Amino acid sequence: MRRLNAGQRHLVQFDLNGKLVSEESEPRLLLSDFLRGVLGSTGSHVGCEHGVCGACTVRLNGRAVRSCLTLAVQANGERVETVEGLARDGVLSPLQQAFRRHHALQCGFCTPGILMSLAELLDADTDVNEKSVRELLSGHLCRCTGYGNIVRAALDVFAEVSATEPAPDA
Amino acid sequence: MASESVTLWGRFLGRSIERVEDAALLTGRGRFGDDLPVRADTLHAAFLRSPHAHADLGVIDVSDALAMKGVEAVVTGEDAKAHTKPFVAGLKQPIKHYCVAVERVRYVGEPVAIVVAKDRYIAEDALEKIHVTYQPLSAVVDVEKSITSAAPVLHEAVGSNLLSDRTFIYGAPDEAFLDSDHRVNITVRYPRNSCTPIECFVVVAEYDPAKGGYDVLANFQGPFTLHSVMALALGVPANRLRLRTPPDSGGSFGVKQAVFPYVVAMALASRLVCRPVKWVEDRLEHLLAANAATGRVTRIEAAVNNEGEIIAFDIDQLEDCGAYLRAPEPASLYRMHGNLSGAYKLRHIRVRNRVALTNTVPSGLNRGFGGPQLYYAIERLMDRIAVRLRMDPIELRKRNFVLAEQFPYRCPAGALLDSGDYQRSVDLAVTDGKWQELLRRRNQARAEGRLYGIGCAAVVESSMSNMGYITTVLDAEERARVGPKNGALTIVTVTLDPLGSVSVVIDSLPQGQGHQTAIAQVIAEVLGILPEEVAIESGFDSGVAGWSIAAGNYSSRFAPAVAGTAYLAASRLRDRLSRLACQHLNVATEKLEFADGKIFSSDNPANSVPFRRIAGSSHWSPGTLPEGLEPVVRETATWTPPQLEAPDASDRINGATAYGFIFDFCGVEVDRVTHHIRIDHYVTMHDAGRRINPALLDGQIRGAFAHGIGAALFERFRYDDDGQFLSGTFADYLVPTACEVPDPIILHTESPSPFTPLGTKGAGEGQSMSTPVCIANAVADALGVDDIELPLTPDRVAALMSDDEPSFRSAGAK
Amino acid sequence: MKPPVFDYAFVEHLDEVVELLAADGGEARLLAGGQSLIAMLNMRLIQPTLVVDISRLPDHDFITLKEGVVEIGCTVTQSDLQLWPGLAESLPLLKRALPWVGHRQTRNKGTVCGSIAHADPSAELPLCLAALNGEAVLYSSRGERVLAAHELQVGTLETACEPDEMIRALRFPRAVPGVGYGFGEVAYRHGDFAIVAIAVLASTEGVRIAVGGVSEKPEICEWPLMEDRFLNDALNDLAWKLGTTEDQHATAYYRRSLIRKLGRRVVGEALACVG
Ligand code: FES
Ligand code: FES
Repeated sequence: MRRLNAGQRHLVQFDLNGKLVSEESEPRLLLSDFLRGVLGSTGSHVGCEHGVCGACTVRLNGRAVRSCLTLAVQANGERVETVEGLARDGVLSPLQQAFRRHHALQCGFCTPGILMSLAELLDADTDVNEKSVRELLSGHLCRCTGYGNIVRAALDVFAEVSATEPAPDA
Repeated sequence: MASESVTLWGRFLGRSIERVEDAALLTGRGRFGDDLPVRADTLHAAFLRSPHAHADLGVIDVSDALAMKGVEAVVTGEDAKAHTKPFVAGLKQPIKHYCVAVERVRYVGEPVAIVVAKDRYIAEDALEKIHVTYQPLSAVVDVEKSITSAAPVLHEAVGSNLLSDRTFIYGAPDEAFLDSDHRVNITVRYPRNSCTPIECFVVVAEYDPAKGGYDVLANFQGPFTLHSVMALALGVPANRLRLRTPPDSGGSFGVKQAVFPYVVAMALASRLVCRPVKWVEDRLEHLLAANAATGRVTRIEAAVNNEGEIIAFDIDQLEDCGAYLRAPEPASLYRMHGNLSGAYKLRHIRVRNRVALTNTVPSGLNRGFGGPQLYYAIERLMDRIAVRLRMDPIELRKRNFVLAEQFPYRCPAGALLDSGDYQRSVDLAVTDGKWQELLRRRNQARAEGRLYGIGCAAVVESSMSNMGYITTVLDAEERARVGPKNGALTIVTVTLDPLGSVSVVIDSLPQGQGHQTAIAQVIAEVLGILPEEVAIESGFDSGVAGWSIAAGNYSSRFAPAVAGTAYLAASRLRDRLSRLACQHLNVATEKLEFADGKIFSSDNPANSVPFRRIAGSSHWSPGTLPEGLEPVVRETATWTPPQLEAPDASDRINGATAYGFIFDFCGVEVDRVTHHIRIDHYVTMHDAGRRINPALLDGQIRGAFAHGIGAALFERFRYDDDGQFLSGTFADYLVPTACEVPDPIILHTESPSPFTPLGTKGAGEGQSMSTPVCIANAVADALGVDDIELPLTPDRVAALMSDDEPSFRSAGAK
Repeated sequence: MKPPVFDYAFVEHLDEVVELLAADGGEARLLAGGQSLIAMLNMRLIQPTLVVDISRLPDHDFITLKEGVVEIGCTVTQSDLQLWPGLAESLPLLKRALPWVGHRQTRNKGTVCGSIAHADPSAELPLCLAALNGEAVLYSSRGERVLAAHELQVGTLETACEPDEMIRALRFPRAVPGVGYGFGEVAYRHGDFAIVAIAVLASTEGVRIAVGGVSEKPEICEWPLMEDRFLNDALNDLAWKLGTTEDQHATAYYRRSLIRKLGRRVVGEALACVG
C-alpha cells in the first residue's frame, strides 16, 4: 500500500508519448491539470471537467479515457498518450492528415480528444462503419463542425488502413 | 454537392484549399488562452456565486477565507464599487451593473466574491470559507410575468422590469389590415439557449501601477464597442486598457463577447493584489452565468389576401434580457429591425418592441443573434398561412418573395437588401434537394401509419452590422441628442518585410473559422504569391493593431468586411508595387501582372522580376526610389460601406451591409414509441454571394446547422419558478453529438454583393436561424398541431400527442 | 471545478482496502473507475478524507464462468466485459445493455462493480443485475456476505453496503435455455442516462420485467404469460404504478408512455428470442 497525504506532493512517473516523465503531484490533482499545468503538455484540453465533452481524452494504457476523471497519481507507472505523440518526426499521422483533408476541425479545441478516441478505434477495432464511428464520437462534443466531416475523415482513414493491412485472421 | 458549380474566380479565390491553421491544431500545438505561459507570480481566481435568484446581500465575511494558506485576497462588491463604475449598455437606465454584485444579487450564479490565491485548487477551497448572509427576495423568471405589476422589481431605481417599449409604424398597416381578406396570427415563445463553445472564458489581467493601466489577455471576440465599455468601467482612457487575445480560441459563436465583465473583474483583482491574476472559467460557471441568447415572446399577425399575398405584418415582441441589460443589448431585438419583413415584399409593418428583465442570466451574443427568434415567428406564421389558405408552403413563399429585379431592394423598415434571386434559389433547391421525392416519402410513410412531416423556411441572413442599428431603440429626438451612429469601420494592414515576404494584421478575432486561410487566399491572389507564404498575425493586440469599435468576430462580418478590406489593402499595395516594378521592367503599369511569385509584363512574361525583390526593395534603398514615389512597406486599408447610414427620422434602419439568403426544407419522422424526432432529409440552399473558400463556408453551414439542431431538439436553459437553474451541467444542458446531427445536403447559389469589395456576404449564422423553425414546421406538419415550442425534446413531443393516454385500470398486473 | 483535499491510498491487497475502510469510519471512498466519483469530487458534491484506489487491485480483473453465474471482479471495466468473448452466450442481456452504458471513453475506465456500487436509478448495469436477480459479493474485515440485487440497492445512490464494506465481485446469472432477453432504453442523446430503461426476461412461463429511470431503484414485475391485450393492460397498470416521476428531464406522462410502448417493444423482443 502507498498512502499519500493530502496537501503534500508526491512523485508521479509515467510514460508520456514514449518518454518517461517524472514530476510531483498532490493526490487531488487531476491528470488533465497535471499534463497541462505541471508537464506543460497543453495539447489535451479541458472543456467540462465532468466527463461529458471529451476534450481532455487521452489514452491510458492504450485506451481512450477522460483525463479530467483521472487523478494524476493514478497514472503513476502507466502509459499515457496524448495528441502530441500522434505525429512522427514531424509527419502527420494518417488520421491527422484525413482531418486536414476533410476540414474536420475548425477551432480545434475538441480535436485532440477526438483524435485520441479515433486512434484507439483505429488500433483496436476491425469493423468500423459510420454507425460505430458516430457512436464513438458521441463521447465528444464539438460545437464547430457539426461532426459530418469528422465522420468522413475517420471513415476515410479506416478505409485506407484496411486496404493496406491484411485482414486479422487471414 | 452544389447547384451551381463553384465559381473559380482566381488561382486561389473560390478554391477549397487546406487550412493554414490545421497543422498546429492537429498536433496539440495550438495556443489557446489557458495554454500560454504566464508570469511566475501570477495568482489564480475563483468566483463565489449567488445561490439565490434574487436576494439582498448582507454581510460577506471573508476572514476565514483570507486566513487560509495560499489565499492572497478576496474581492467583493465593495471593491467593485470603490474602484470601478457600472457598465454602460445600449439603453440609458439607472441600472447598476458591476463586475461583482453590489448590494443585491439578481440571478443564480451572479458573482458575489472573487478569491485570489496561489492556485485554482486553493482558491476553490477558500470559496467554501466565505460566509454570506442573503435576504432572499421573490424572483421572476418568466418574461410575461416580469412586466406585470405583481412581479418583483429587479432594479428599484428603474421602477419596473420593462426597460423599453417602442412602437414603430412603416407604411400603413392599419389600412392594410382593414382591407385584407384574411388575418392569420400566431404567438411563439423562443427559449433561452446558448452556443456553449467547448473552450470556456480565460482572462489574465495585469495591472501596471506605474502607468495606471491594464494589460489583459482574454479570449474575447469583440465587438470592440465593448472595449470602451470596459475602459469606462475601469475608469481609464482606452489606451490604458491593452487587450490581447490568444492566437487560438476554442469557438465562440458570439458567446465570448460576454467575457468582458470578467476582464474588468480580473483587472480589478490584479489592481488590488498588484500581481497578474488569471481566471479560467469552468463549465459549471459557464452554463450558470456566462451568457444566453435572449428569450422572446412574439405575437405576429399577417394581413393576407385571397391570392396568398401578404400585405402587412403586425408584430409584438417581448424580449427577455435576463437580470441586467448588458452591452450591447438590447441589440438582439434591433439587429434585424430593418428587415422585419424577412424575404418578403410586404410594405406595411407595425411592430411593438419591449425589452424586459428577469432573474436569469444576462443575455448576449449567440450565433444568429436575434435571427432565430425573429424567423421562428415569421416562418411559423408562413406555415400557418399556408395551412389556412390551403396553399403549398413553397408556393406561398415564392409568391411573396422580393423579386430578383427589385434588388437592391429597400425594405419598409429600412434594410437595403443588396442582391439575390430568391425564386431561383428555391427552384434549384426544390429540384436538386428532391422536394417531390420528399412529398412521396411523406405520402408513403403516412399510408403506413407513420408520423412524417415536411417543413421549410426562408431566411434573409444579414451580415456585417451597421454599428448604428442599436440606436433605433432610441427615438429620433434622443438620437439627435447622442449624435448619429453609423457605419462599420474595418481595418487591415499588409506589411512587406526586407526579404519581400508579406504579413497581414486583420481586425477580426477568429475563433476557428479559418480566417487566416481565407485572408491568405485573398492576399496571395492579388499579389501573385502562394497562400502559405503569407503570414497572418493570429493573436490580436489592441496596443498594436489598427482597430475601431467594429473590430471583432460577430455579425458574420468576416467575409464582407475583413476579407473585403484585405483585398482593398492588397490591391493598393499591388498598385504601389507596380509603380516600382514598371521602372524596373520598363513596362507600363497596366501591362504588369503578378503571378507565380513574379511581377512580369503581360506582353512578354519573360520580362519579369521576382515579387520578393520589388516587395523588399523599399527597405534597402528608400533613398533611390524613382521620382515621386513613396517607399512601399505597408498599406493599411480602412473601409466602411456608405450604405450603412444612421437610422432616419422615421426610424428606418439598414442594419447590415450584405444580406444572404437561405432556403431550407426537411422531412422528419416522429417515432411513435420514443417520440424522438428523426431528421430523415435536410436540405439547405445558401446564397452567400461569392465564396472565397467553399470548404470553409460549408464548415460554417454545418456548424450553424448543428446549433440549429441543438436549439430545435435539445437546448434550453431551464429555471424553476424560484429562479433555481436546472441546466447546470453538460448532462443537463444537452448539446447534440454525432449521433444527433445528421448530414445536411448543402446547395449553393451565388449572387455577388454589389456593396462589398469581393462580392462576398457573411455566412456564419444562417442555419442557426433557419434550422430551428424548419424543423418545427416539419414537426407541426407531422403531428398536425398549431403550437410548437422549442426545444422539441421527446417528452414535449409526447405532450403534443397526449390526448390518447389510456387511464389506470386496477386489474391486470399481479 | 477542482476536487477538495483528500488522502489517497493505492492498495495492492484486498485486506488493505477493508482495513482502510474500517479505520476511516465512513469518510473514505473507493475509487475504481472513478467515472462518477471523480466527477462528484470535481463538483465538490462529496468531500471524503480518504480515497482508496482499488483500480489496480491484483487478482480482481476476473470474469469467471461458474455454476450458473458469471462472476465479475471489482477491477473489471465495462469495456473489459464488452470485449469478453463469452458475453453473447452467457450474458445476452448485458451484451445488449452495455452499449448504452455511457460512452466508450467512460466504459474504458468505469468498472462494472463501480456502477452497481454507485446505484444510479437510471443506470443500466444495476437494472440488469436486478432483472437477472444477480448477487453482489461484499467484503469487509468482518468477512464476506452475499446480497441479492434487490437487497443491495436501497435507494437513489444508496446501497446496503456498510461503510466498511466493498463490492468485491458480482454474480450475474448465466443465460438459461428457453429464456429470451430483451433490453431497451430511451435517452435523449446517445449515451445519456436513461429516461426509461427496460430489461425483460421472457420464457414460455411468463415475463420478468425490470424498469429503470422511474424511481429510486429498478422496479421489478413478473407476469405469467398472457395474451397480447392483457399484456397491454398490464403495462398500462405498471406505467401508472411507476411512471409518476416528473423532473427536469422528463414529464411523468412521457415516462408512462415509454413504459407502455417501449415495454411492449422489449417484451416482444425478448419473446422473439425464446429458444
Ligand atoms: S474535460 Fe474531461 S470530458 Fe470534458
Ligand atoms: S472544432 Fe471547435 S469544438 Fe470542435
